[in-house]
Amino acid sequence: MRRVSAFNVATLAAGMAFLYLPIAILVIYSFNASRLVTVWGGWSVRWYGELLTDAPLVRSALISLRLALTAATASTILGTLAALALVRFGRFRGRLLFSAMIYAPLVMPEVITGLSLLLLFVAVAADRGFWTVAIAHTTMAMCFVTVIVQSRLVDFDVNLEEAAMDLGASPLRTFLSVTLPLILPAIAAAWMLAFALSLDDLVIASFTTGPGATTLPIRIYSEVRLGVKPEMNAVCSIMVGVVGVAVIFASLLAKLTGARGAPSQ
Amino acid sequence: MMGAAPITTTDEEATSRASLWRKLVVRVPYVWLLVFFLIPFLIVLKISLSQTALAQPPYLPVFDLAAGWRGLAAFFGGLSLDNYRLLTSDPLYVLSYVKSVEIAAFSTLILLLIGYPIAYAIARTPRRWQAALVLMTILPFWTSLLIRIYAWMNILQHDGPLNQALMALKIVKEPPVWLATETAIYIGIVYSYLPFMVLPLYASLEKIDEALVEAAANLGCPRWKIFWLVTLPLSSTGMVAGVLLCFIPIVGEFVIPDLLGGSDSPMIGQTIWMEFFGNKDWPAASAVAVVLLCLLVAPIIVYQNQTMRAEARE
Repeated sequence: MRRVSAFNVATLAAGMAFLYLPIAILVIYSFNASRLVTVWGGWSVRWYGELLTDAPLVRSALISLRLALTAATASTILGTLAALALVRFGRFRGRLLFSAMIYAPLVMPEVITGLSLLLLFVAVAADRGFWTVAIAHTTMAMCFVTVIVQSRLVDFDVNLEEAAMDLGASPLRTFLSVTLPLILPAIAAAWMLAFALSLDDLVIASFTTGPGATTLPIRIYSEVRLGVKPEMNAVCSIMVGVVGVAVIFASLLAKLTGARGAPSQ
Repeated sequence: MMGAAPITTTDEEATSRASLWRKLVVRVPYVWLLVFFLIPFLIVLKISLSQTALAQPPYLPVFDLAAGWRGLAAFFGGLSLDNYRLLTSDPLYVLSYVKSVEIAAFSTLILLLIGYPIAYAIARTPRRWQAALVLMTILPFWTSLLIRIYAWMNILQHDGPLNQALMALKIVKEPPVWLATETAIYIGIVYSYLPFMVLPLYASLEKIDEALVEAAANLGCPRWKIFWLVTLPLSSTGMVAGVLLCFIPIVGEFVIPDLLGGSDSPMIGQTIWMEFFGNKDWPAASAVAVVLLCLLVAPIIVYQNQTMRAEARE
């Protein structure tokens, strides 16, 4: 049995405090009754109530949700196909370029991705709005999906697929009844992470959006630039809650199936 | 894989159907990435060679298919390097690049110094806790960057919690100014990118065979020397991955310097944003982006090679 040294415990405690204190402070202040953000006026849910009457904010939140649903679904389909191509189809023509295009967006500065997509939309004279942002988010998120699904496919026993095909199942049938159920948890986790990425993005959406498609982060950014506001504390706390629950759920799901996929360990 | 299919009367038909599926699986995401990732870069490159114009779209020349060959000649004749000349002649741009690389380099170093002990501590805890600790490290990353930075605006404001605490503890007499300083940018960057540093470091530290460390200890090697001669070299892949994963996006960072930093010396992400949204000078914004990409191309290629090697090993 390993013993954890006092130094390591202190490091972990300090690290986690650094990561979580700022968010905790934000959430606590969102329940502050006082309009002055720095003066504590007692507990209250006043700012959450005021959010509901802020029509443009609610509209933006709905747009962001619809956008995240669309982009997460599209990027999950595309990213899963890309992962299958990379893991199962070995060397195909243009593989190097393909994998380069998968890994580059993971580190690409968002200003470059946003600017380049916008210039594409302008070049083809596409009307900018909901769908252009959806395409941009799909492109950004699909690479994260690919990486997640890929790691699951790599762990997976190819003999299962080969057995199905030896028994006469078509590749599609094999995929639907053998491969898909086994990688489904990774796909679900990837979908949720794509959802969170889309819900959170400010920079790419700012470049590719158009009239009538102001997403929640764009709205928050324009408010927050001017300074700290209690209403914004409340909005941000809600988003932290939603994303936190989604991610914990996603990783529990991944863990659950990880345990099922590796019974020998 | 296909060779393992049984020989039946419909074998040929099945094989052709299989290869159709195969093509579809590869081509759909491939074409998507070509259209929405690669081609946009070519367009950025093209527009960086164009001139600003008071038109829709606001640049010249516009490629005119209807004009045929003459149009094509006029199109290429209209391209110029003027925007790049502007970048080298105006110190604002040069300063902006230098500042971005400087901030990215220093903050990556700080991240490495803070991230390493955390990753090391996670790797040294009992296995059953590790997954939970890793999850806890990633979790803040999934909440919006905007929100995390906003949380720091709360904390760092003049009469905010940090200054209140410092005053109450009598560490300072006058509340120091945090917002709109470079210190605030560093705090924001280190806070936001910590998971990107800790995860790859943890992944490589966790793989180190403990027998090596024990063997060195049994042979009488002091603990700092074991760390220096065994642990540190064996975690070098993780260090390289973490450094690249942080350095590359930080150079182009926009939200953090915009909300926490001052307006006197913008980072390059802010310069692109300003050229684009403020000055509406699309060609200049594109040229700034192309130069930024050129700066980052070497680290991006190193990063990709490493990722692909890791993938090949598995």
